[in-house]
Amino acid sequence: MSASAVYVLDVKGKVMICRNYRGDIDMSVIDKFMPLVMDKEEEGNTTPIIQYGNTAFFYTKYNNLYLVATSKKNANVALVFSFLHKLVQIFMEYFKELEEESIRDNFVLIYELLDEVMDFGFPQTTDSKILQEYITVDGHKLEIAPRPPMAVTNAVSWRSEGIKYRKNEVFLDVVESVNLLVSANSNVLRSEIVGCIKMRVYLSGMPELRLGLNDKVLFESTGRGKSKSVELEDVKFHQCVRLPRFENDRTISFVPPDGEFELMSYRLTTHVKPLIWVESVIERHVHSRVEYMIKAKSQFKRRSTANNVEIVIPVPADADSPKFKTTVGSCKYVPESNAVIWTIKSFPGGKEYLMRAHFSLPSVEAEDVDGKPPIEVKFEIPYFTVSGIQVRYLKIIEKSGYQALPWVRYITQNGDYQLRTN
Amino acid sequence: MTDSKYFSTTKKGEIFEMKAELNSDKKEKKKEAVKKVIASMTVGKDVSALFPDVVNCMQTDNLELKKLVYLYLMNYAKSQPDMAIMAVNTFVKDCEDSNPLIRALAVRTMGCIRVDKITEYLCEPLRKCLKDEDPYVRKTAAVCVAKLHDINAQLVEDQGFLDLLKDLLSDSNPMVVANAVAAISEIMESSATAAQVLELNTSTTNKLLTALNECTEWGQVFILDAISNSTPKEEREAQSICERVTPRLAHANAAVVLSAVRVVMKLMEMLEQTGDYYTTLLKKLSPPLVTLLSAEPEIQYVALRNINLIVQKRPEILKNEMKVFFVKYNDPIYVKLEKLDIMIRLTNQGNIAQVLAELKEYATEVDVDFVRKSVRAIGRCAIKVEQAAERCVSTLLDLIQTKVNYVVQEAIVVIKDIFRKYPNKYESIIATLCENLDTLDEPEARASMIWIIGEYAERIDNADELLESFLEGFQDENPQVQLQLLTAIVKLFLKRPTDTQELVQQVLSLATQDSDNPDLRDRGYIYWRLLSTDPAAAKEVVLAEKPLISEETDLIEPTLLDELICHIASLASVYHKPPSAFVEGKSGLRRVLPPRSQSGNVDEASVTAEVTQAPQPTVIPGADSLIGDLLDMDLGGPSMQQMYPPSGPTSQTPIQSSVAMDLLGEGLDSLLGPSPLGGDMLGGLGDIFGMPQSQSYVPPQEVWLPANKGKGMEIMGTFARKQNQIFMEITFTNKAMQNMGDFAIQFNKNSFGLMPAQPLQIRSPLPPNQSGSTSLPLSTGGAVQKMDPLTSLQVAVKNNIDVFYLSCLVPLHVMFVEDGEMDKRVFLATWKDIPSQNEVQFTINNVQHNGDTVSQKLRNNNIFTIAKRNVEGQDMLYQSLKLTNGIWVLAELKIQPGNPNFTLSLKGRAMDVYSGIHGAYETILHN
Repeated sequence: MSASAVYVLDVKGKVMICRNYRGDIDMSVIDKFMPLVMDKEEEGNTTPIIQYGNTAFFYTKYNNLYLVATSKKNANVALVFSFLHKLVQIFMEYFKELEEESIRDNFVLIYELLDEVMDFGFPQTTDSKILQEYITVDGHKLEIAPRPPMAVTNAVSWRSEGIKYRKNEVFLDVVESVNLLVSANSNVLRSEIVGCIKMRVYLSGMPELRLGLNDKVLFESTGRGKSKSVELEDVKFHQCVRLPRFENDRTISFVPPDGEFELMSYRLTTHVKPLIWVESVIERHVHSRVEYMIKAKSQFKRRSTANNVEIVIPVPADADSPKFKTTVGSCKYVPESNAVIWTIKSFPGGKEYLMRAHFSLPSVEAEDVDGKPPIEVKFEIPYFTVSGIQVRYLKIIEKSGYQALPWVRYITQNGDYQLRTN
Repeated sequence: MTDSKYFSTTKKGEIFEMKAELNSDKKEKKKEAVKKVIASMTVGKDVSALFPDVVNCMQTDNLELKKLVYLYLMNYAKSQPDMAIMAVNTFVKDCEDSNPLIRALAVRTMGCIRVDKITEYLCEPLRKCLKDEDPYVRKTAAVCVAKLHDINAQLVEDQGFLDLLKDLLSDSNPMVVANAVAAISEIMESSATAAQVLELNTSTTNKLLTALNECTEWGQVFILDAISNSTPKEEREAQSICERVTPRLAHANAAVVLSAVRVVMKLMEMLEQTGDYYTTLLKKLSPPLVTLLSAEPEIQYVALRNINLIVQKRPEILKNEMKVFFVKYNDPIYVKLEKLDIMIRLTNQGNIAQVLAELKEYATEVDVDFVRKSVRAIGRCAIKVEQAAERCVSTLLDLIQTKVNYVVQEAIVVIKDIFRKYPNKYESIIATLCENLDTLDEPEARASMIWIIGEYAERIDNADELLESFLEGFQDENPQVQLQLLTAIVKLFLKRPTDTQELVQQVLSLATQDSDNPDLRDRGYIYWRLLSTDPAAAKEVVLAEKPLISEETDLIEPTLLDELICHIASLASVYHKPPSAFVEGKSGLRRVLPPRSQSGNVDEASVTAEVTQAPQPTVIPGADSLIGDLLDMDLGGPSMQQMYPPSGPTSQTPIQSSVAMDLLGEGLDSLLGPSPLGGDMLGGLGDIFGMPQSQSYVPPQEVWLPANKGKGMEIMGTFARKQNQIFMEITFTNKAMQNMGDFAIQFNKNSFGLMPAQPLQIRSPLPPNQSGSTSLPLSTGGAVQKMDPLTSLQVAVKNNIDVFYLSCLVPLHVMFVEDGEMDKRVFLATWKDIPSQNEVQFTINNVQHNGDTVSQKLRNNNIFTIAKRNVEGQDMLYQSLKLTNGIWVLAELKIQPGNPNFTLSLKGRAMDVYSGIHGAYETILHN
């Protein structure tokens, strides 16, 4: 059904650590992996799944490490990849960084983790907070042998009992990312908002939480159709949220994990005016120079301000002698990524700024053909959600009856924000 | 201090040193030593020599140390099975430990030690652990049953573990239920008897759906996948399952979402397709699928491959979501290519303008494969949306102006298809195309351009010059180009006979006299004869109106598509192949969609009916009609899953069909041998499989080397196929006056790599006027060199007098192998997949047998009849065969009652073998 074995390889394809879960594939098959990846790369048809004889390799790359799973069955691929990504996440939460060094430094612990997170190819407990209760970096220092926490097998598998805080607090961050794709002739091809609600929960005991949003479906069903509401096209919830309840009456109710986690994400495609609009005029004079005229316009309310705006303008790989002229912000040529970055620390709504750049081009033409990378924009607008979503309430009920205050922050930022150029 | 220090000791004698440390009295030192051992194991050093010393450390109350020792055991137990027994006692003891973590650890590890002797000792502890008070132990024990089943299925079934496992489905703990489900699904895949015991019924399904809300994300996947493997009895039940599964579409884990999609897509088949609930479901599926495109690239890839299936099965779901498939600059290439595929599938008149603008943008990117595919996509748009064809053509022309070599070539290939689809519409652009003649260096582009010139020769003033320019390097061209060039010049000649006579003679002689390629020669001769006997007929044949090409060329064949829908999220759904194509051995039963609801969509129902009842009387069967026909005599009815006994309204499948499926699963070999299973079990399938009396036709021996050329030695011989092997039946006759001896034989390189599998065994010495015969087994592992004709074999025979060289023809049918029977679905898919220009027809005259005898005769020679149908009184036999070198050839044999002349159409990837196969048919059918 799932993985036969899991490997972590270094960048050269050497096995750093591995675990054989099913014993149905010779572990040395991994020696074939790297040559296959190279071949695929050479042919230009890389895929995250490679079949070799009757063995399939599934892999993902992280920080120069390959995480590889093998299978000779009709495995559930979605499960395998989800699991590999989860594994990365667990390692990150344990070791802060996932790299060759952290693997070597913690190999005993990693063996323990690998033993616990998967059995016979079936993923088991993968919640790192719960794992940390009985598999610890300092395991050998423990006097008494640990026991499996209740949460491992409980219906609430993400929170342990008996958590205590002196001050009970909850922080909610509503973060919206705007994905935008604009064609070279300034047509908006795609505009999409991907939002998520991140929580930091410092609450004692087993609290029951209920979150209220200005969800359009909810408002319409409860007769508040006229109030300002947001239509969420698709919503995804953390394991802790009771999905049937949401399906039934749109109530978001849950027992939260302790600490930081992402409660939910949502997506909507309501058409909004692009928050930061960029127009570019590029004049290429082959063999001599290329000139850029970039106009950036903030199309949101005047009282909001975008911070740390970065407009990344791609330039040819063989360009040199940059010259810039701008009224606001600063420009920097970053040759290693073949781009100019125009940084504007603070960009209030309803403004328009201009930047000109000039590069020389060599008289000999480069052999490699340049693609046409799009202009990318990075920004953050605090105290603002582009969708208009609002947290109406967060009810916290715990049997000890303490009072806890929720704190809410809103921020809108760029996602995949791309404008194609001519 | 970090663990990396354990890797550092690499000096000599370290094993010895570790051994001493392992046996140290100090606990801490012991633990350090075990860590060093594990570190060595991790970097791939063999530390198996330390087995007894490490096992000695097993009895400890230090959990970390115990885990390490267990890990070591898992790795090396198989190589040291006898010593592994030493560990059993500790395992058994640990299974009784007061700490559930240790109990679970022991039972988990024991299951991973795949040593038979240990397995016996595992039963009792496992039985206890399955009923342990701690759910952590029970959930581990549940998985252990699957492990044990994998090692020794009989043991698990005899010891009653299946029932214990089934009981866990009612466990109060959701995690235990989830692991029990996973173990059960696993076991059901591999064992039919177990599958019967473990089959899910309505009440267990309900329990699982309840547990679904409480278990971990992975547990949810196990449960959803298990539910998708069973089929509810009626529509109401299907709907209620859907209702309880759809909330999962809002889960953050992509695996949960895709598994939920699988269940819903499968059960939708049972719902009334006009009902409100069905429409609601359609609406619910789209947003989660779109959201998957924001996941990690690997997940996006899996999602896109699945979406490709979903839009073919139910195009309604994503028909309005074109834009989300637009390619982003930084998408990995594998995501880009998949998105492009889906864009084409979703293209319609309404969105074509946008799509075209995008494709044009992509065609200017840098990645060659992506650019090529984008250009092709423009062509496909033109063929799909007639209204947009003109815009597509002008876009292609723009691209040709870029003069980027591979863009131009790709554009010309697709323009040829556009001409085929819309004849006499866009020929005005031919002039532009001709400008690029010199830059075409890829065979497909050259062939396409030549086709265009030939097809429109009358409108191109200098067509003769253009074609003549290609003719100069005729011998160096790719066969594809040569064939096109031959046809194009013949077309030109038929259109402008006055000034092209010389040209046509030139090409005919090049094709027939100076070429080694039999296809080219054959085509050359056919044209030559046609032109010389009846130019009017030639005109009719060569300039005949061609059928239009269809819109969608790469749709997955419907039965395969349905099967793949049942495999959503799995590897099969990514490969677009049934699991049997890449999973070794018996991989469980084929999955099929549940039967459609009775009151299903009227339109679709009538389409199916039409397809089954009125097959087109064409020679090339319309793929659809063939499918319909095959469905009619399908092996399994709607529900082929063996876990469903033939009761209840959904499974009208008689038992025998599931038996047949089972046999198929294990390969047909068992049927081919003199199997006691015989015809009874095959029941109604007898006429498909026939009962083999494997008597392959053996041609009479011929003289290969007359005595006057062999210094008195005469060699006669022939070839036969028996016991799955090729034999050279050879007779040596001594017509000289002295004894002969020291016979030896050797083959030159040949087309099929034939070589003697053993030395020649002929009576030696062979006295004068005596003969010696032998059956020399041949293998096909020798050096391969393409011969002309293909079946020619050059043999060297040595005796005490001299070495003689002879040449003979191997009848091609001895090269047909026993496993040449193609699965029907594969046959269909392959037939469609092979371009129609690879199809060649032959006539076989004067055959005095009926269809059944013909099938039988052919089957004896490993030409397998896959399907048979009757079209307007004619029998059509669909056949497959495989050559020893793995080349497949598909055939269609048309038999008209009362007409002794049969028509044979061959289709395969390697056209070189056609004439040989035609010959084999002739030989077999006339003997």
